[in-house]
Amino acid sequence: MQGQRASTRRRFLRLAGSAAAVGALPIVSMRPVEATPETMATAIRAVVGGAQVQTGKVKLDIPPLVENGNSVPMTVSVTSPMTSTDYVKSIHVFNEKNPQPNLGNFYLGPRAGRAQVSTRVRLADSQKIIAIARLSDGSFWSVTAEVVVTLAACTEEVI
Amino acid sequence: MTAALINVPKKAKRGDVIEIKTLVSHIMETGYRHTTSGKIVPRDIITSFACRYNGEQIFRADLFPATAANPFISFFTVATESGKFDFEWIGDNGFSETASASITVE
Repeated sequence: MQGQRASTRRRFLRLAGSAAAVGALPIVSMRPVEATPETMATAIRAVVGGAQVQTGKVKLDIPPLVENGNSVPMTVSVTSPMTSTDYVKSIHVFNEKNPQPNLGNFYLGPRAGRAQVSTRVRLADSQKIIAIARLSDGSFWSVTAEVVVTLAACTEEVI
Repeated sequence: MTAALINVPKKAKRGDVIEIKTLVSHIMETGYRHTTSGKIVPRDIITSFACRYNGEQIFRADLFPATAANPFISFFTVATESGKFDFEWIGDNGFSETASASITVE
């Protein structure tokens, strides 16, 4: 009696083990499908060229947890004196998992007084957002933010 | 009635940094959505926005399908002289919208 019960438990464990192994496989094979971080890298290269992007000076205000990806408020500000010789030329914002990698390009100048822009964006998935600022001396500065999106934008059907 | 909302201070002191807020009515159709029958809804977005202060361009932005519907953009400028701000949005299918606001600088 007892031996029988032990063997069924063993069989169950074996089955469960192989089921888990099978279940784990699709996750591994799904990984390469969501591969737009490369398109983001390409989009960044198109703006930056070969220049080195340093971390700092840029601040990205975006909610870390977003319930609706259709309209996400976002503010990018850059620490800069904004004088005629030292100012922010442009701010570029990128994402890694939307259908296309750009969130926005903003071109300012010394007349801006303050290097800060706000807008509302769509996010198709939980992902990493990168803001890059081009300064008048030709240097690039960046900041990264992680955003978790509960309801994604872009993908829903039109009725 | 224009489909744009502009918020610019009516008065400012010379040298003040002022915030300009803009909102324009537009669907911003991404071109990535499809109908229940599987047909792709063609892209219809605003692609660029520009602001001129007494004729001189002070701010410009490129917009993408990732910009939320009814694009809102806010930015800053130094109040240098009394005059006019001109705003222009350009987009797909010949979309064009303009708006203006005036400011008194003391």
